[in-house]
Amino acid sequence: MYIAVINYNMGNIKSVANAFLSLGINIEVTCSPEVIMNASGVVLPGVGAFHDAVKNLKDLNLYNTIKEVIKQNRPFLGICIGLQVLFECGTEGQICSGLGIFRGNVEKIPPGFKIPHMGWNGIKIIKKDSKIFKDIKDGESFYFVHSYSAVPQDLSIISSTVEYGSELVSSIEYGNTFGLQFHPEKSSLCGLKILNNFADMAFNN
Amino acid sequence: MISKRIIPCLDVNKGRVVKGVSFINLRDAGDPVELAAFYDREGADEIVFLDITASHERRKTVVELASKTSEKVFIPYTIGGGINNVEDVREVLKNGADKVSINTAAVLEPDLISKSSSIFGNQCIVVAIDAKKTSKGSWEVYIHGGRTPTGIDAVKWAKQAQSLGAGEILLTSMDRDGTKDGYDLELTRNVVEAINIPVIASGGAGSLEHLRDVFTIANADAALVASIFHYGLYTVRQAKEYLLARKIDVRLTGRK
Repeated sequence: MYIAVINYNMGNIKSVANAFLSLGINIEVTCSPEVIMNASGVVLPGVGAFHDAVKNLKDLNLYNTIKEVIKQNRPFLGICIGLQVLFECGTEGQICSGLGIFRGNVEKIPPGFKIPHMGWNGIKIIKKDSKIFKDIKDGESFYFVHSYSAVPQDLSIISSTVEYGSELVSSIEYGNTFGLQFHPEKSSLCGLKILNNFADMAFNN
Repeated sequence: MISKRIIPCLDVNKGRVVKGVSFINLRDAGDPVELAAFYDREGADEIVFLDITASHERRKTVVELASKTSEKVFIPYTIGGGINNVEDVREVLKNGADKVSINTAAVLEPDLISKSSSIFGNQCIVVAIDAKKTSKGSWEVYIHGGRTPTGIDAVKWAKQAQSLGAGEILLTSMDRDGTKDGYDLELTRNVVEAINIPVIASGGAGSLEHLRDVFTIANADAALVASIFHYGLYTVRQAKEYLLARKIDVRLTGRK
């Protein structure tokens, strides 16, 4: 039993891997479709631009693998850009199609405050019974770094929001598919707790 | 809204933590990774490591530090010192650091800021400025660990660094560094008002009032703190409780 952490050359994979390792969770850092399909849970981390992320997934033949993982409702966690690519369209630098799992686009954070939205910010938990937020209290702070933000058409997938000039989506959830805009691997004990919640759910699924 | 950040700073020499007093006297204080992990548990918002090792092997030492830290520290951390080119930036980030801080190399070769920020994103490029007050009432940028004056105006340089793609400014007052007399509020406020990217104030923190003032009077986004915490005067939590009681938004967690 292991969690697959997808390595697709999008920045700091090491921090996510080390966060799971520090929790004693068995992981495979991989870009192999087979290893991903056989995992108890799949994590798509990532730092960088939307179009690079989509391109790298396609180049590594992972585009359809991820779609299949989600279609089969296997536990999946997208972090930051790993959440954003689940949507139909990215607008970062150039218009770019995403995986289109969820309807909606990824759009520049509305002006008014410093961009990127960078630092610790408290989230408002909307799905109170979310398995991923087990033992996380409403208003808890997490570490964000992003200039673009997902705007889902289906508001019912939003599991938490964050206030930054306007109300931004900080996490989504549909079945066993989860996405976090913040970085749990950089959010100290509460972030680690979320990764642990995901692993618990994946291993008991 | 985004919280004001409290950032312990660890000066590192040959893999060990030291606390510089006005850049001169150094005192050994332990393993940087263990100390950073301790501050993570204590509720610090980020960690800044400044490697002051005098060696041609500096890239190796900072990459090693980045790598070891990523195994035990789960808050963002910045590594400065020995970052001289895009390859240095790449290696340090690849090994787990969230940001690099560039000081002398940014002044000598401003292109390094634009090149690295276009490849890795503005958010991971911190430009560190060591500034000293001049007789005319402005502030001059010093490089080479505060040994070499440059004739460059600190406020102008901060603006230029921003336009080149810096994501953040780490602003150290050389006049206050190591004095415990408080941050240079005037310098900090001048830089904060001149730019739109976050400013981390550094140099001179000796009491909790100093932290309050740098947020309320100078409007800094973050405060770099060394001796207050390193010598156990206050815990991170005590500092944050003090600030919170004065209506300054901080993330409260960690040991009481």
